[in-house]
Amino acid sequence: MAEPEIKTVKKRRPLAARWRRLRRYPATLIGFFIVGFFLLMALIGPLVAPYGYSDQEMSVRFQPPSRQHLLGTDRFGRDVFSRILVGSRDVYVVAGSGALLAVLLGLTLGLIAGYFGGIVDEILMRLIDVLLAIPPLLLAMIVLFTLGGSRMNVILVVGILYIPMVARVVRSVVLDLKTRQFVEAAKLRGESSLYIMFREIFPNVLPPLAVEASMRFSYAIFLVASLGFLGLGVQPPSPDWGLMVGEARNYFSQAQWALLAPAGAMAVLVVGVGFMSDGLRRMLLPGGVSQ
Amino acid sequence: MNVNAADREAGSAPVERLGFEAEPTGLEIRDLTITYNTEGGPLDTVRNVSLSIAPGEIYGLVGESGSGKTTLARGVVQYLARNGRIKGGNIVLDGVDLLTMTKPEMRQVWGSNITMVHQDPFRSVNPSMPVGGQIAEMARIHLGMAKAEARQKAEEMLTQVRMPDPSTVARRYAHQLSGGQLQRVLIAIALTTNPRLLIMDEPTTALDVTTEAVILDLVRDLLSEYQTAVLYITHNLGVVARLCHRVGVIYAGEMMEQGPVRKVFKEMLHPYTLGLLGSVPRVDVDKRDIVLNTIPGYIPQPDNLPTGCIFAPRCLGAEEACRAARPPLVEADGGSGHLTACWRWQAVRQGPQEFAQTPDKREYREPTTEDIVLEVSQVKKYFPVSRVPFWDLLRGRRPVVRAVDDISIRVRKSFTVGIVGESGCGKTTLARCIAGLEKATAGEILLEGVKLRPSVAQRPADQLKKIQMVFQNPDASLNPQHTVGSSVARPLALLRKLSRRQIQQRLEQLFQAVNLPKDYIARLPHEISGGEKQRVAIARAFATDPTLMICDEPISSLDVSVQASLMNMLMELQDTKGTSYLFISHDLAAVRHLSSWIAVIYLGRLWEIGSALDVFKPPQHPYTEALLSALPIPDPDARQNRIRLHGDVPSAVNIPTGCRFHPRCPRKIGPICEQEEPPWHDDGHWHRICCHIPLEELAEKQKVGDNL
Repeated sequence: MAEPEIKTVKKRRPLAARWRRLRRYPATLIGFFIVGFFLLMALIGPLVAPYGYSDQEMSVRFQPPSRQHLLGTDRFGRDVFSRILVGSRDVYVVAGSGALLAVLLGLTLGLIAGYFGGIVDEILMRLIDVLLAIPPLLLAMIVLFTLGGSRMNVILVVGILYIPMVARVVRSVVLDLKTRQFVEAAKLRGESSLYIMFREIFPNVLPPLAVEASMRFSYAIFLVASLGFLGLGVQPPSPDWGLMVGEARNYFSQAQWALLAPAGAMAVLVVGVGFMSDGLRRMLLPGGVSQ
Repeated sequence: MNVNAADREAGSAPVERLGFEAEPTGLEIRDLTITYNTEGGPLDTVRNVSLSIAPGEIYGLVGESGSGKTTLARGVVQYLARNGRIKGGNIVLDGVDLLTMTKPEMRQVWGSNITMVHQDPFRSVNPSMPVGGQIAEMARIHLGMAKAEARQKAEEMLTQVRMPDPSTVARRYAHQLSGGQLQRVLIAIALTTNPRLLIMDEPTTALDVTTEAVILDLVRDLLSEYQTAVLYITHNLGVVARLCHRVGVIYAGEMMEQGPVRKVFKEMLHPYTLGLLGSVPRVDVDKRDIVLNTIPGYIPQPDNLPTGCIFAPRCLGAEEACRAARPPLVEADGGSGHLTACWRWQAVRQGPQEFAQTPDKREYREPTTEDIVLEVSQVKKYFPVSRVPFWDLLRGRRPVVRAVDDISIRVRKSFTVGIVGESGCGKTTLARCIAGLEKATAGEILLEGVKLRPSVAQRPADQLKKIQMVFQNPDASLNPQHTVGSSVARPLALLRKLSRRQIQQRLEQLFQAVNLPKDYIARLPHEISGGEKQRVAIARAFATDPTLMICDEPISSLDVSVQASLMNMLMELQDTKGTSYLFISHDLAAVRHLSSWIAVIYLGRLWEIGSALDVFKPPQHPYTEALLSALPIPDPDARQNRIRLHGDVPSAVNIPTGCRFHPRCPRKIGPICEQEEPPWHDDGHWHRICCHIPLEELAEKQKVGDNL
């Protein structure tokens, strides 16, 4: 007794239709909107920003939010609003690439460990345990102090730090999938391990991976900001949000907005990514919206 | 007889306030309609259902999946999902209208006056609490007993459900008990408060047929001592015939037929009941060459119901009147209590042939003439035990699970060999060894005379082509991210190296062969039903034109009418393509219907092998005999010996000495069974039995219906 025999009238539902049904979930829509907005700004921010991100104007230091300066100005008289818009590029480039790197490496390791199992699994997972045992900030400080705080190095740090989480999630999904009978059917017709891993298993890893990737992106935003805050990451005068918070901390009593605005932007974006991730999973699951 | 009158009084303090009558009058459901609010608007999943259950009566509610039987039960106890509600009707239990009760009042009713036993015993028991404690909890909360008293009550209840050694079992946790034992614990919990209504939702579906028989006996004997009204939900018509007093047949949320079991099974007045009963293969009928009856079409979706009789689109005898208006549920003969919702019930009574597909005949072939396709000889598969006690490791002992222990089987061209046995007997492991998904520890597997490598990864493409497999779970056997067409096309491209155009052609042929419309090729698995998924899986297996098809419980998870159509299809494909099947199932009736040869396996070894007709009549191995007598037959008049296997299948790590079956054997003759391995007897007609009892003696004992 399992499946009710009543599914016969449904039609094939392409991605566009899935999106249409997604619109019923307001949180998902809000998420997509927020992430989309900041992505747009990352692309065209410098064009639409009212001021240059490093334009200093000492005469308007510490201005509270006004019509000229929507989010006020900082201690060099730079427009906080413009800096946030332009800074979103760094968020996407650095945190995004870092998360992407982690997802790619974690996915590969997770697939291999989960599919082959046995001694391969044992070795890979113990290596990952070692990586997990290092305090993240300590590793970041060591790498960035020795190699310097360039964007590239920050991406590398984020990528390495988040491999374990992604790999573990992927591995657990693969462990479940590889016992399914469609995988055994593939073995029975003599498919190679590579084919089974990438054509049979990988598409089914995608939905949970999308959630994991979004979560890594959120965490990466905070990590990059923390590094900026500590002065380890991207260097001034770059409009990195973490860096902005770190600088504004020194004159918080004079200009609260200079700290609250980038912190708020970060919070909004992270919440937006979270809202979006669940919708993303629903879109990737076949028939997922109704499931 | 009311054994627990004192308990009812003790537990009845809140009940008096709820207004239940002291003398039970039973359950009365009138015009119950249950609605779910869905994205597409409200859907009535159960419509105008009426039924009544007298105290002490077992009422069987049968229906296929999606018919609304579980929804109905949940409606009765008002435990619906958040988007469900009762739209109309009333439910009266012992004089109290349950629908007028408030939530807090209902909470008092749950557990003390209404209890439930669910399908999956492993998920219904709290894994972190001893089972005795869970029975005692019921007694403490609903009967107001003190701790010590409750503990005693728990043991008493375990004794009542015939649990051996109740005081020890009471201290055990769920993982230390078998499925059958757990289901007994759940029955004990449900009966602790001597409820007015007991709902059992497929309580034996997850169990082996031998365990099921023991539980059914227990339920029937035990409940005859109680004044409880029992609503027994099942899809198994055989269980209803064996257990229930009255039966209701529900279809797409409406009651089709209702009445005393014998009336409904013997003089059915609804075409749906007729179709259901016709689609179950029978073991007690000697005709094996018959094609099973099937019900064409599908259950209608609740948002797209026909205006007339809801069964009319699938009914062979539907007329204008049937499509025009919904037939009411009427009593057939005054006072008989036999109700039917069919406009043409008189026609059903007079000429049932009009409403059933005429069974076709299959050609009978002598199953000994063809070439041997598969020869399995002395195959063994041992798995290392993963957790070995440290002490054993120190002494260099590495225990193994002997899942398959020396089995030899032959499969002839275009014939079916059925393999039966309880779960854990090694039948699936044997199949996986043949397919190469597990490497056999020892033994030889020859396909058309050529020795096969143990692992599928080492077998050349032309051997892979020849062995294909259909799996049990239709949901897991297709990749949810690939269209079903590409799942079937892949073996064509990989193993037969066809061009794209040839593949398309072949795809259409294959889909036609498994009776699926062409436009299904582009669908994803979640867009088709379980039975259809299994058809796709069969098409995939046939894509390479295999010589041997291994079917591992391919129909077990499907509804009876779907099972019937799949069995017919498998037989048809065998006739046209000449494929040999190795058909593995715990369902003896299905195995007997499909197979020419049957092998009976227990604890990794073969005990009886012979033609399907021989295996099902004496002389039989005592194990086969027990399996057969446990099988619920959908006929209230079926005469079966009552042989029950008690205890559980022993672990395949510590296999009993001598005959492996001796600890459970109902016909054990003496110490010889414990000490010596039994010899094989051959009756000269390809029928072989492994037992210490000589064939003549077995036949003698079994013929007279010796009930031990």
